Amino acid sequence: MKVKSVLFVVVAVALLATACGGPAAPGASGGKLRVAVVMPSATTDLAFSQSMFQALKSVQKDMGGEAQFEIKYSENMFNVPDAAAALRDYASQGFDIVIGHGSQYGASIQEIAKDFPKVTFAWGTDVNTFGLPNVYAYTAAAEEGGYVNGVLAAKLTKSKIIGVTGPVEVGDAKTYIDGFVQGVTSVDPSIKVSKTWTGSFSDVALMTAAAKTHIAAGADALTGSSQSVVGSIGAAKEKGTVLWFGTQADQASLAPNLVVSSQVYDWTGILKQMINDRKGGKLGGEKFTLQLKNAGLKIAYNSGYSLPADVKAAGDKAIAGIKDGSIKVNP
Amino acid sequence: MNQISNVAIIVGILTSAIRLATPYLYAAIGEAFAQTSGVLNLGVDGIMLMSAYASFFVALNTGNLWLALLVGLLVGVLMGLLMSVISVTLKAEQGISGIGLYMFGLGLSSLLFKVTIGTVKTVVGFPPIKIPLLGDLPFVGEIFFHQSLIVYGAFLLVPLAWWFLDKTTWGLRIKAVGQNPAAADSLGVSVDRVRYFSVCLGAALAGMAGASLSLALVNLFQENLTAGMGFIAVALVYFGGWRPLGIMVGALLFSTVNAFQLWMQVLGVKIPSDVAVMLPYLLTIVALAVTVSRVRQPAALNRPFERGEN
Repeated sequence: MKVKSVLFVVVAVALLATACGGPAAPGASGGKLRVAVVMPSATTDLAFSQSMFQALKSVQKDMGGEAQFEIKYSENMFNVPDAAAALRDYASQGFDIVIGHGSQYGASIQEIAKDFPKVTFAWGTDVNTFGLPNVYAYTAAAEEGGYVNGVLAAKLTKSKIIGVTGPVEVGDAKTYIDGFVQGVTSVDPSIKVSKTWTGSFSDVALMTAAAKTHIAAGADALTGSSQSVVGSIGAAKEKGTVLWFGTQADQASLAPNLVVSSQVYDWTGILKQMINDRKGGKLGGEKFTLQLKNAGLKIAYNSGYSLPADVKAAGDKAIAGIKDGSIKVNP
Repeated sequence: MNQISNVAIIVGILTSAIRLATPYLYAAIGEAFAQTSGVLNLGVDGIMLMSAYASFFVALNTGNLWLALLVGLLVGVLMGLLMSVISVTLKAEQGISGIGLYMFGLGLSSLLFKVTIGTVKTVVGFPPIKIPLLGDLPFVGEIFFHQSLIVYGAFLLVPLAWWFLDKTTWGLRIKAVGQNPAAADSLGVSVDRVRYFSVCLGAALAGMAGASLSLALVNLFQENLTAGMGFIAVALVYFGGWRPLGIMVGALLFSTVNAFQLWMQVLGVKIPSDVAVMLPYLLTIVALAVTVSRVRQPAALNRPFERGEN
């Protein structure tokens, strides 16, 4: 009897593996650049993973398509040991650049990169290259766009209560929200910013409940970070009058009338730099930061929301101030 | 904190607690049916995911919420049939096959989502309906009688399930099969048939729990939408001592603490968020350790029945 159960589990696990993308088949490379990326959520999450996937696609297009630039990916690798196995797989299959797109993958990258000195590794968001010559670290100065969103939200709130639905108090989720609060305070220190953390990057149901709690407490503008904010946006949409400020990717499509602006991560610049460095024989050892100044961060105003001209001007002023250094945002 | 009155906070906490308890109620009462007949189904979370996906898919493509709900129920029954075949007919170890069913549901719902929908989309779910007269009561009206049909259904299920288990012949048969399958068998009750029925009924309710998420509470689907709710539901069955009323108390306790901790965070009470989100789970563990008596546990729980063996 036990054998059947075990067999069932094996089949189920196999199916699960299929759903997660599975490792790529080895192939001859012959001149083309091969890049593999391991991501914690789906390539279509309208957040962190999607931002990297879109950047890779865009680089691929610029470099002449699949014949020149091969992309292989494993998505939904929320389980770190599975992700580590995938990273090692890709490295041993001779991929040129292997990316671990999640701050939880750091320890795995540190261990694996030593065994594959000819492969370029990159991971983020973090700043630690572990002193290894073939590891890049990348991060986003999420507090910059957070500040801009905060300025816009402070100008638009009528109830003077703004809700922040955070996932886990780490990394760019934390710095984005810290920047957001600074932006709000710069406009009107009397505005109340309430924060909730669900303790999970993926618990959509709890995120929805958190957003509804903010709304019940009087918030008329919400923001938040991670792939689980789709729950918050849903709650804003259900209420119909609550504004949303996005980050990581352009979230306008989720609530075309209520999303005011999104901070968009654009990784194409750093990807291109890594590729160029590699051609010149440099495999890593550097850290990159997406900023408004280097166009790694962009503020996407939602054209579906009619933003008053004076509010937009305040937003643009904040962007300009951060770029020229006259506004300092603390991460 | 000064803008909002204490009464409004309490009403807010209880209103969200009622809503949050809904999927747990469906799933845990369903699991109680299966367990009462002697089958431990750990696959609840997988069933919820499959039904949440299926009903969301139908709602997205047809806009018909009732059809979506029906499909969610049917998918639940299919998953129940699968569990029954494995654990009743093939007599596989129940705990292991339940975990298998969970992983199957998790994997298949993610795969189907990726292939057929692929990105984040939302539907307009079942709206809150104000019940005449009762809905006008101060405080109570807002807490209990401004909810969606799906939420009312979950609480109506409690007396219904009690009546079914305690007052009908079918309920007594389910209990008999869970307590002493050999005796029930000798009296001409088909143990396998009763277990198939109970597991499938339970799975249909787990399907309802999944659909309540994607059609009323969250109104979208994502990979691993349930985030382990089905396992909490299994714990609630033990907590509630296999009685619908006990399960309701447990579900309400868990979700009230959850709603409470969210409000504490919103109000800026100085407790670390990590501690706050842990509270409902911590409380469940403590309550389980303190309150659960095994007296009411179905004697044949987790034991496949083979004629002549017992």
